[in-house]
Amino acid sequence: MKKFLKRFYVFLIFLFLYAPIFVLIAYSFNSSRSRGAWGGFTLKWYRELFMDREILSALKYTIIIAVLSAVISTILGTAAAIGISQMRKFPRNIVMNISYLPVLNPDIITGVSLMILFIFANIKFGFKTMLIAHITFNTPYVILSVMPKLKQLDTHVYEAALDLGATPWYAFWKVILPQIMPGIVTGCLLAFTLSIDDFVISFFTTGVGVSNLSIAVFSMARRGVNPKINALSTLMFLSVLILLIIVNVRMSRDIKAKKQKEATLV
Amino acid sequence: MDEKLLELVDISKTFDTTEALRDINLYIRRNEFVTLLGPSGCGKTTILRIIGGFEQPTTGRVLFEGKDIASLPPYKRRVNTVFQRYALFPHMNVFENVAFGLAIKKIDPRTIERKVASILELVNLANYGERSIESLSGGQQQRVAIARALINEPEVLLLDEPLAALDLKLRKGMQIELKKMQQKLGITFVYVTHDQEEALTMSDTVVVMNDGVIQQMGTPEDIYNEPKNIFVADFIGESNIIDGIMIRDYLVEFSGRKFECVDTGFGENRYVDVVIRPEDIKIVKEGEGMLTGQVKSVIFKGVHYEMLVESQDYTWKIHNTLMEPIGKKVGLNILPDDIHIMTKGGEAHE
Repeated sequence: MKKFLKRFYVFLIFLFLYAPIFVLIAYSFNSSRSRGAWGGFTLKWYRELFMDREILSALKYTIIIAVLSAVISTILGTAAAIGISQMRKFPRNIVMNISYLPVLNPDIITGVSLMILFIFANIKFGFKTMLIAHITFNTPYVILSVMPKLKQLDTHVYEAALDLGATPWYAFWKVILPQIMPGIVTGCLLAFTLSIDDFVISFFTTGVGVSNLSIAVFSMARRGVNPKINALSTLMFLSVLILLIIVNVRMSRDIKAKKQKEATLV
Repeated sequence: MDEKLLELVDISKTFDTTEALRDINLYIRRNEFVTLLGPSGCGKTTILRIIGGFEQPTTGRVLFEGKDIASLPPYKRRVNTVFQRYALFPHMNVFENVAFGLAIKKIDPRTIERKVASILELVNLANYGERSIESLSGGQQQRVAIARALINEPEVLLLDEPLAALDLKLRKGMQIELKKMQQKLGITFVYVTHDQEEALTMSDTVVVMNDGVIQQMGTPEDIYNEPKNIFVADFIGESNIIDGIMIRDYLVEFSGRKFECVDTGFGENRYVDVVIRPEDIKIVKEGEGMLTGQVKSVIFKGVHYEMLVESQDYTWKIHNTLMEPIGKKVGLNILPDDIHIMTKGGEAHE
């Protein structure tokens, strides 16, 4: 009985968390326009979705910005992580905490402050500003996922490469990079996901004619009931879910490998 | 053999405010097996890192075949290192690890394969090329690290406590293997260890260090038989150290009795430290020895017994293959040659 209650409680929690999403997914297949009634199964909203030029343009911007911001923030973040890992303990802790701050900062504050910065610097709002904003909020996540890999490195491995005749650059490519690659890939995927996912910061930093999918959903929702929103939201939910599952599997595999390594060392 | 291959001149090294090395002068001849021996933190690894190019000396010069190489980066030095925890590349297999140095030099693949195969054979790891690093035991990883360094045919091989992580039996075996390898290849070895027995077994020259200063340099026999100061006497092997008075040349007084000795030049009636090795004290019948004492404890050590014998003002540590029962009164004899005199807190006289 106790066991049953426990399970029932967990079920209630998940129901509470996921019911809205399941309702949304179900309604994306509803042939009736009404939100209240079920009019039979259909895929027409999905079809219409891919014919809507506004949405297709938003999809294009979303993907371009996600790819570019992920790649650029991965390069910046990896370089930053390597630099930070070489610092002495005290400055390293300070820089790490500063890098961590944007992660904890509410999106709306990041968004508004970036907007004020762009106005101040007199940069025209549009694709460029949104891209810069995405790189800005993605970079700390890359640093945070590369750092643990750098900490796991045997400190003498780089010296060993130099000792065997490698130039610092060669040693970085052949010895350091392959070993921290899992962290870099995880950081890149995370950055890509966060970029696709973002609404608040994008909303404050974009300009006329440039919107990503979240902004498209928002503006469609304001204009009134449109079941295409359900279809679009369903697709976004699924793609972000898949990406996050990949990131999480990678991270937990990493923790397992680390535990195993520690176990063999003892 | 007498050519100076590598020479450190007036080297000192300061990290922030701590002085790691002071006035280091030492040279290493071609084909020599030199061991830097000392307790942890004595600066021996810092010397190795300066030779390897990973640290810059604060002052002084590093001469290689007479030329100053202090500013040369590690990858331009004809020196290779075996790191303490091996520092193998975990994402490469055994072959790739060993071939790393040759691959940089853009040597053709067939020559690389041949060389790697022959060096793996030398370290008894033939057919291990495809194995991953993780799948190897500590001893095998150790030998991969040695092969990876040796394949570059360095002028000098630096080894930083390479056997510290191995168990006793494996360590003994590797000591002999390393020594053989060194003789066979004719490569100069600079070996860092805190294990005095390892140093005495393997080296041509031992450099004993403490607190960033060289305490004594010499052959293992010299270091053991003629320790220059109390630190060396205490660190190398075991010692009885007792206060004494140097009456005059060839005569010293301790434990309430005068002893003949072979030391000179201390002046007359000076306070000195007297050092006597545990195996140099002979046990004889009560009344027939120079000193009298009572056996306080006996420990079996394998080859010999270690006994503590209490005389009137000192408890002597004595090694002997024969055991005396606890409580028995015995006589102790010490030969003049086995008495080593040192000035208080300072150096011994030549």
